[in-house]
Amino acid sequence: MNAIRVRGLRKAYKGHQAVAGVDLDVARGEVFAVLGPNGAGKTTTVEILEGHRGRDSGEVNVLGVDPAEGNRAWRSRLGIVLQSATDAATLTVREAVRHYARYYGNPRDPEEVIELVGLAEKAKSRAGTLSGGQRRRLDVALGIIGRPELVFLDEPTTGFDPEARRQFWGLIRLLAAEGTTILLTTHYLDEAEALADRVAVLAGGRIVAEGTPQTLGGRAHADATVRWMSDRGYTEIKTSEPTKVIAELSRHGELAELTVTRPSLEDVYLELIA
Amino acid sequence: MTTVTSEAAVPGTLELGLARGAAELREFFRQKENLIFTVSLPAILMLLLGTVYVHEAAAGQMFAASMIGAGIISTSFVGLGISVVADREDGTLKRLRGTPMPFTSYFIGKIILVFVSSLFEAVLLMVVAMLRFDVELPSTAEKWFTFGWVFLLGVISCSLIGVALSSIAQSTRSASGVLNLPYIVLQFLSGVFISQAVLPESLRVAGSLFPLKWVCQGFRSVFALNDGYAVMEAAGSWELGRIALVLGAWTIAGLVLVTRTFRWTNEAS
Ligand SMILES: Nc1ncnc2c1ncn2[C@@H]1O[C@H](COP(=O)(O)OP(=O)(O)O)[C@@H](O)[C@H]1O
Ligand SMILES: [Mg+2]
Repeated sequence: MNAIRVRGLRKAYKGHQAVAGVDLDVARGEVFAVLGPNGAGKTTTVEILEGHRGRDSGEVNVLGVDPAEGNRAWRSRLGIVLQSATDAATLTVREAVRHYARYYGNPRDPEEVIELVGLAEKAKSRAGTLSGGQRRRLDVALGIIGRPELVFLDEPTTGFDPEARRQFWGLIRLLAAEGTTILLTTHYLDEAEALADRVAVLAGGRIVAEGTPQTLGGRAHADATVRWMSDRGYTEIKTSEPTKVIAELSRHGELAELTVTRPSLEDVYLELIA
Repeated sequence: MTTVTSEAAVPGTLELGLARGAAELREFFRQKENLIFTVSLPAILMLLLGTVYVHEAAAGQMFAASMIGAGIISTSFVGLGISVVADREDGTLKRLRGTPMPFTSYFIGKIILVFVSSLFEAVLLMVVAMLRFDVELPSTAEKWFTFGWVFLLGVISCSLIGVALSSIAQSTRSASGVLNLPYIVLQFLSGVFISQAVLPESLRVAGSLFPLKWVCQGFRSVFALNDGYAVMEAAGSWELGRIALVLGAWTIAGLVLVTRTFRWTNEAS
């Protein structure tokens, strides 16, 4: 059975349709990214799956349970990393992680978790003194302390500098390698491409494309563009058989500045959310 | 390889409540503004106002008793209400809701916080009153017993009402107004700063509807040099039975209100 199954999910705020009929399937052990611009409905969708928000209609099943009826046992199988949190500011990293470990029947070892998220050196610092990236690592530590089967991360790297993002990605990969199912939202293309087994593009409350990062939006089958410099300047040919085209052309001699390109994920994405 | 072992029995509600209480206390005592405003303010007020009001021993006893009453209402009703709003504002409540911790444990933790901070505040105030105004502690076990149950019922009922009212406020800034206004008004209507006996009937009745008057009256019965001072109360007696009734009723009303109005987040859900 899938970790997450959603059919026809809808949710409106005061007449504004934030989620307008979303279907999702996330398999166990999969890293699934919901990619979309600000206001697409990512947080709304994820928070409905977490049991934080209600829904207007649709079927939702998370680890075999409807989140609207999730009990303690169900919650102990989830890990939630919220989009923003400034709580526990006066507790140290170690105190906070140890404290949250007590809520679960079979938690991970707090020291190991602190190590895993890369906060060993900050274990004695108060949460309120951490940098943005460190604070998110603490949020992840608190999210995974209960040994969750499924982890939700809502825009975990928004506002990070490039290096902090790379480090954070390493952490997500570690979790994924342990078999944890991960649903993350992001508005960064490269993040979805780097981390996700599958991506759904959410725009205006609807899923407009879904697939692996390689095939998203029909990218793998899209026509390639062959481009070179001729006497008449840059010349382009769109073709599904670039090899054949180049073989033809090269019979007349060397082709200057030859390139073969397919639409980048970015091109596809911008097209999709336009 | 999977890590599907998270379903072991979740810890008990009381055990988690105690753990919450320990974390709450840690956070509370690490914030200077709590130490200054919540814990020390009643003692400072005692020192300032006492210098004006207290000219003889009997008055010192009565004023100290009223100030202890006002102080625990400040930590429970105002302090706790604001701390719940802060928990909503900084995401504590949202995070907790996503864990297997039951709401009851959260509330047990808050009650522990209020008890301990109220106790600190009351002890500090007593020390000031004893050193500066020669106030005497109650001498009989019976008085201490009365002190105990009035303290307990006062803290629990006012905590519940504070949490219930905290749902009205969207931010800690507005909470401080929502909670402090009734608190300050009630101090005047409940015989803390001025004897209820001198108030017009209508204001006296209004004050008597709320817990503060009854908590203070209970403490005055404990600290009075002798029971003859009961004649200074509006009813002319200590009315211990009625104190228990009113505080008990507010506890039940508070419980109902909290279960009806409690919000985990500020967002529409
Ligand atoms: N609590 C709320 N009340 C009213 N409108 C909301 C609320 N949360 C989100 N919205 C609106 O719903 C839409 C989707 O928001 P959200 O789910 O937060 O998107 P994302 O996380 O993709 O940025 C936005 O137009 C947003 O303004
Ligand atoms: Mg969002």
